[in-house]
Amino acid sequence: MHNFYYFATGPLAWIAFLVFIGGSIWRFRELLELAKRKDSIVFEYMDTKFALRSIVHWLIPFGSRSMKINPTMTVVTFLFHICLFLTPLFVFGHVILWKENFNISWFTLPNAVADLMTLIVIASCLFFLWRRIKLPDVKYLTTPLDFIILFIVATPFVSGFWAYHQFPGFATMTIIHIISGEIMLMAIPFTKLFHMFLFPFTRGYIGSEFGGVRMAKDW
Amino acid sequence: MSEYKSVKEIEKDPKKNESKKIEDQGILKGLEQLTPEKIEIVINQVINDETGARLKVYVDTCVHCGMCSKGCHFFLSLNDPKFSPAGKVKQTLWEILRKKGKVSTEFIKDAATVAYTQCNLCKRCAMYCPFGLDVAYVMSVMRRICHKLGVVPLYIQDTAHSHSATMNQMWVKDDEWIDTLMWQEEEAQEAIENLRIPLDKEGADIFYSVIGPEPKFRAQLIFQAAVIMNAAHENWTMPSMPGWDNSDMCMFTGDYEMMERLKRRHFESALNLRAKRIVMGECGHAFRSVYDVGNRALAWKMPPIEVVHAIEYYNELFEQKKIKIKKKFDRPVTLHDPCNISRGRGLHEMARNIVKATCAEFIEMTPNREHNYCCSAGGGVINCGPPFKNARVESGKAKAKQLFAAKAKGAEVVIAPCHNCHGGLEDIIHHYGVDMELKFFGDIIYEILELPEL
Repeated sequence: MHNFYYFATGPLAWIAFLVFIGGSIWRFRELLELAKRKDSIVFEYMDTKFALRSIVHWLIPFGSRSMKINPTMTVVTFLFHICLFLTPLFVFGHVILWKENFNISWFTLPNAVADLMTLIVIASCLFFLWRRIKLPDVKYLTTPLDFIILFIVATPFVSGFWAYHQFPGFATMTIIHIISGEIMLMAIPFTKLFHMFLFPFTRGYIGSEFGGVRMAKDW
Repeated sequence: MSEYKSVKEIEKDPKKNESKKIEDQGILKGLEQLTPEKIEIVINQVINDETGARLKVYVDTCVHCGMCSKGCHFFLSLNDPKFSPAGKVKQTLWEILRKKGKVSTEFIKDAATVAYTQCNLCKRCAMYCPFGLDVAYVMSVMRRICHKLGVVPLYIQDTAHSHSATMNQMWVKDDEWIDTLMWQEEEAQEAIENLRIPLDKEGADIFYSVIGPEPKFRAQLIFQAAVIMNAAHENWTMPSMPGWDNSDMCMFTGDYEMMERLKRRHFESALNLRAKRIVMGECGHAFRSVYDVGNRALAWKMPPIEVVHAIEYYNELFEQKKIKIKKKFDRPVTLHDPCNISRGRGLHEMARNIVKATCAEFIEMTPNREHNYCCSAGGGVINCGPPFKNARVESGKAKAKQLFAAKAKGAEVVIAPCHNCHGGLEDIIHHYGVDMELKFFGDIIYEILELPEL
């Protein structure tokens, strides 16, 4: 088990980061090349001011009518995404690893806060799961892959919570935590999780179209 | 005649939309000529040659969250997941890309019905999707594929045929066009003596263009426009030759080659006459074709000559005090913001300026401006004709409720500055028993216009 632990925290961690960064760059390059060849329109109409105008409105909670008429979803999504990003970056246990391995460190979250944020992520995943099963329009769109992605996202948080609180079997859970985190990283470039990187571009483009050509709001 | 008396009754109605079962002869005939091999070749041709990162990103980025559902009046009206914007992508391009074009004729039949008759390309959903994914664009790609496969609803294909044979949408012959203009000129002379509809005048300030259905069904609109132009002492003209029709059903069938020919002819008609700018009648889709889609297809980032929609033009008339009114229109009005000129050009505030200048009492319908519900007729859906009429009116249920709500606040007249909206709203108002009167801005301005001294 120790060997496996060292593999997961050593080589596999490197591979995960490489796949995540390399894969994301590759996806971007592919799309950019294709866009240059086939979608000159995107470059013609892209407008920094209107792109930012749209992005900002959609990054502010309840900044769009869509968010206003879906209040629960809005609250959950914002909390979910904020916690999803901040918790792994600033949780004490992770920062310590950076300190030990690379001698760099930064601000850490109080443990109780990190705990709460982890629970928010887990609860949000359950909410999303409920939507996928119960809301007819979301259910109609849901594919098996959507459940897998939800699982990929939830597992590192569930296992992290488990390991931190040293519930029975926490040693195994720690390894599951590490591996599932690495799987999530590696999945980003190749699944719908890539939406995190595409958001500014899709939003920015429609914002540019609405602002520059249509002279209308898009929120 | 009408089925409903109130919003409550609409809500109780259990009827489900069954447009999938509609048999359209254009679609059926087209399917007869297809084989899975042909379908695959055509699909891949369109996907590889005509689309790129945009389509890929639109389909790949969608996280299936369902936020777009409430952006679509089809979904709001029918409450069926198949009518959510992303649900329509699932039934069309999503499958096509997943199967790399290996889809059956049955699939194409359903996909054509979805793309042509269950989406108005109104782009409202792009404002409800957190990513701003443009489902209207995806539906247009589906229509393009269907056009190339020859699977297009019969009625709209007929208008596309008319466009290619006559350069107008309604099979209006060259002499009939001139005849109609002269007839309307004569009628308008009853209002203003010596009124002219100047044909082919060079160097005019305004090149006035209309859509095919105006001379065909609503000739009085040309008459009204002539009276308004004359009252404002405009230096204007209309073309006597093809190029007068600014409408474009080819844009909606997916026949982009023909769309380009039409737009070029229209622009060139105005440019040949050295007109300063084009003013268009109260039509939404035609404006979209001239200002947004057609010019881009011809590689003009913006139209090669200034294009002004009737709303902009009327607003200008009031701002510059070019026309006077006798008194304000005294019945309470509400305003329907057409997608192609509010969400397509941001003219909703100008439209309200005109309402303020012309009407005594104004009642907003909600939602409004960019967020207004579509009339269910746009995007070529009404042009798919009688086979789809019932389904179309069913999908206007959300619109009917919105109209009932405005009526409850006292509105009696709906101003809809778009021909398609007129057609769609007329059917909705009739079917649901909304009992409101529909008007163009031109109707109202004409009614209250103070005619110049003779």
